[in-house]
Amino acid sequence: MSLVRSTTTILAKELRTEFRSRELLGTTVVFVLIVIVLFSFTFNPTSSESRHFGPGLLWLAFLFAGSLMLQPSFLREQTNDTLAALRLAPIDPFSILAGKMAANFLFLLLVELILLPVFAVLYNIAILPVLAPLVLILALGTIGLATTGTVFSAVAAQARLRELLLPLLLLPVLAPVLIASTEATAGILRDPSELSLVWLTFLTSFDVVFLTAAWLFGEYLLEE
Amino acid sequence: MATPHASSPNGGSNGGLRINFSGIEKRYGMRMALRGVSLEIGAGECVALVGHNGSGKTTLLKITALLARPSRGQLTFFSGSTALSAAAVKHRIGMVAHHTLVYDELTAAENLVFFAKLFDLPDPVARARQSLEPVGLARRADDLVRTFSRGMRQRLAIARALLASPQLLLFDEPAAGLDPEGQQWLGATLASLHAAGCTIVMSTHGRNETQASVTRAIRLEGGEVTHDSGANGDPYGVLAMAAVRETAEGDAR
Repeated sequence: MSLVRSTTTILAKELRTEFRSRELLGTTVVFVLIVIVLFSFTFNPTSSESRHFGPGLLWLAFLFAGSLMLQPSFLREQTNDTLAALRLAPIDPFSILAGKMAANFLFLLLVELILLPVFAVLYNIAILPVLAPLVLILALGTIGLATTGTVFSAVAAQARLRELLLPLLLLPVLAPVLIASTEATAGILRDPSELSLVWLTFLTSFDVVFLTAAWLFGEYLLEE
Repeated sequence: MATPHASSPNGGSNGGLRINFSGIEKRYGMRMALRGVSLEIGAGECVALVGHNGSGKTTLLKITALLARPSRGQLTFFSGSTALSAAAVKHRIGMVAHHTLVYDELTAAENLVFFAKLFDLPDPVARARQSLEPVGLARRADDLVRTFSRGMRQRLAIARALLASPQLLLFDEPAAGLDPEGQQWLGATLASLHAAGCTIVMSTHGRNETQASVTRAIRLEGGEVTHDSGANGDPYGVLAMAAVRETAEGDAR
């Protein structure tokens, strides 16, 4: 079976199970909304302050969303050892990772798109004029989040202290993505707005490197 | 409940795989799970693996299913006299493990359609529906698996394992969770698959209906083969000895 077909089959399964229960999406959306609202009360930001602090707070909220959403990605497969069922199938092992990465990317992007208008209102930031570059930065940053998060979720799921391990592994690795995404977002929210090609290239390179590593070592990551 | 047979969509296909284990060792950290296991399992044999918990039965099944790599040694599969690649073998293996290997959040039919797609089977929806018939779950096809009893889940697990008409079936304590009627059905299913020529390797505890088709019994102890009835020997001697030991150990506890 081709990589694309097996990946889309696994992606469809992930979407079906999540949208049926809506456990993860519901919890994460509520959690990050609370975070963003609480931050806005703490700072009571003006428009210029928001341009300064906002991107960092926004990506911090996305990081919280990622930490919540990525953990169960492989933990769910442990309930009935369904990961073994996936590994028994005659498919490229990378398609298991790729299907989950794609699902996590879509879930995170959905949370971000729900969060964005709330952020714009609470922090007095006009996002409509910079929507296209903002979506580009969100997409690149979220690919980085979803890719690394899914890979480390696969690693952590087989460890004893799995609930603790994922954030411990993930935060140092994600620091470059968060810095680049925050800087790129700050650039487009600045007056005058500027889309930094340096940070975009950095984000793209990070995504390519991690995707390639996941493709090369996917089989070993999923082994017991 | 009917039993799957060779010509049915979920029956084992004709002609089983031959397996050669050569000096298989498996180490988990400092613990040796398997110590130099060398065996030849012929096509169409129905082999029972017996032994205590931790004797290496599940590890040997996982290595056979290509779910774990041996730390040392070689495992080769043959169809007729042709050695098969790992990719070719995966199309021909079905496994029923300790866990059910199915998703609780999906319906019985959705589970089988999903796995039929991963195995690239033609018309996965029809295949899934047909596969639920012999395991007696056709009427519950659209119910979520989380609403199923343990026995029903086990029957769905068996339907999933038989979905791609495997030539090699691996069962890890297949009777676990089945009531006497379920065990009887499983025994008949195994007999039918064995008659169709499918190679069957199963780990088993105690005496139950699933052992009726066994043609060979292998006892593992501490990761080593200690008794093997051989392809033409009497498996029931080894099975009886294992049952007696289990009973004695149970009484001692």
